Amino acid sequence: MELMHDLLLQGWQMVLVVLIAPWITGVVRKTKARMLRKQGPSVLQPYRDLRRLLSKETLLAENASWLFRVAPYLIVSATWVAATLVPTFATGLPFSWVADLLAIVAILATARFFLALAGMDVGTSFGGIGSSREMMIASLAEPAMLFIVFTMAILAGTTRLSTIASVMASGTMGIRVSIGLSLFAMLIVALAENARIPVDNPATHLELTMVHEAMVLEYTGRHLAMIEIAASIKLVLFLSLISCLFFPLGMAQREDGWLAMGIGLVAYLLKINALACLLAIGESVMAKMRVFRVAELLSIAMLFGVLAVFLLFLSRGM
Amino acid sequence: MRTLFFDAFLHSPVTLAPPEPDPAALAEVERALAVRPRHLSGQSLAIRQVDAGSCNGCELEIHALNNPYYNIERFGMHFVASPRHADLLLVTGSVTHNMRTALERTFAATPAPKWVVAVGDCACQGCLFRENYACAGPVDRVVPVDLTIPGCPPSPTQLLSGLLALQQALNSNV
Repeated sequence: MELMHDLLLQGWQMVLVVLIAPWITGVVRKTKARMLRKQGPSVLQPYRDLRRLLSKETLLAENASWLFRVAPYLIVSATWVAATLVPTFATGLPFSWVADLLAIVAILATARFFLALAGMDVGTSFGGIGSSREMMIASLAEPAMLFIVFTMAILAGTTRLSTIASVMASGTMGIRVSIGLSLFAMLIVALAENARIPVDNPATHLELTMVHEAMVLEYTGRHLAMIEIAASIKLVLFLSLISCLFFPLGMAQREDGWLAMGIGLVAYLLKINALACLLAIGESVMAKMRVFRVAELLSIAMLFGVLAVFLLFLSRGM
Repeated sequence: MRTLFFDAFLHSPVTLAPPEPDPAALAEVERALAVRPRHLSGQSLAIRQVDAGSCNGCELEIHALNNPYYNIERFGMHFVASPRHADLLLVTGSVTHNMRTALERTFAATPAPKWVVAVGDCACQGCLFRENYACAGPVDRVVPVDLTIPGCPPSPTQLLSGLLALQQALNSNV
């Protein structure tokens, strides 16, 4: 019974992230359009785009290897696994015993590694540019992300995300400078990881300014659908991560009843939609950075992460 | 900057009301679909623009489709950066010999089901440059054309009503 309950909870959260992923992408696009005083596409447009891509022919370049065909499925499955490890509306996920916050970072890095390889596989110049830039951004964003993980791990005494989320939700933590610093670092890392402005522009048509888009220029049909859904899931993953670590308001605990779960679900959906709107507003008021200034932005994230860890050490008197 | 920011919250969008689908274009798309049946919902269309030798007059008008006033994205159509992602090729200009191979390869790189729309007088029936040592002529001499949107250049409203006719024909075809 206990196990059934846990698996049901986990299964629900697994399905939920995939179902709402295109919706969140749609919300971001709609809000961005309204910020430009455009009417904008329907919020459901990403679902229609996915259906169109799945019904289309899948072409392969003549010199595409097996890796090019396999990579989209690897990317979407790795991203989905990482997303199921993040608590959405309730903590106490059984899968979190298998993998902690460090593993989530590593799984995302695996997905990115295959995306970069696939970008280079066909041998077009833009794919190569995209891959090299993506790896540059990743190599700067990951250390910052690790420092955020360390801060959380020191505070909660574990790297297991589900437990960290329950500790944060319990309200015993209070307000700490370290949490504020790591929130700031986390926001920058999330922008960089999801290829958003100011690091990358998801709506660009100029190949020379692309990072994420440049790697997927050669993909068609269902392969492209896989890559798009993976990008949407990744956005939901980071928004869920921010909401469960820094705004755990209303989050249900493992042993809570259905009512608390329902409240948790509503609170989660509200939080994640609000974060998506904030992301869109933030993207509308910022300009894209030059590629070589991205390093400075991500160093700031890294610095804040380091400061957060140092402050914790100092305040605990070593 | 601050004024623009608050304007976005205080005012409604500046987008134009959707124009009527062009009946001539509708008939043309239905003829093309009868010749080569292809099934795809019109609710989501990715457009790749190919300049096959245009004077860039048509491109200026096509570019205007992306602005807040015409806002083509509200119909589920958006421009993409690669023919691999596209359903619709928007070809402008009298095809020059230099761009002929590029156009043929773009057409081959687009996954089926696909449509070709010729935009502007040069692409539709040929203009001043129709018979010329540097040009292969209108687009249908190189790739099969499903819809023509004439005009020199066609206004964004004409482009929209042509594309909406295509969308309507596709939706009734599914």
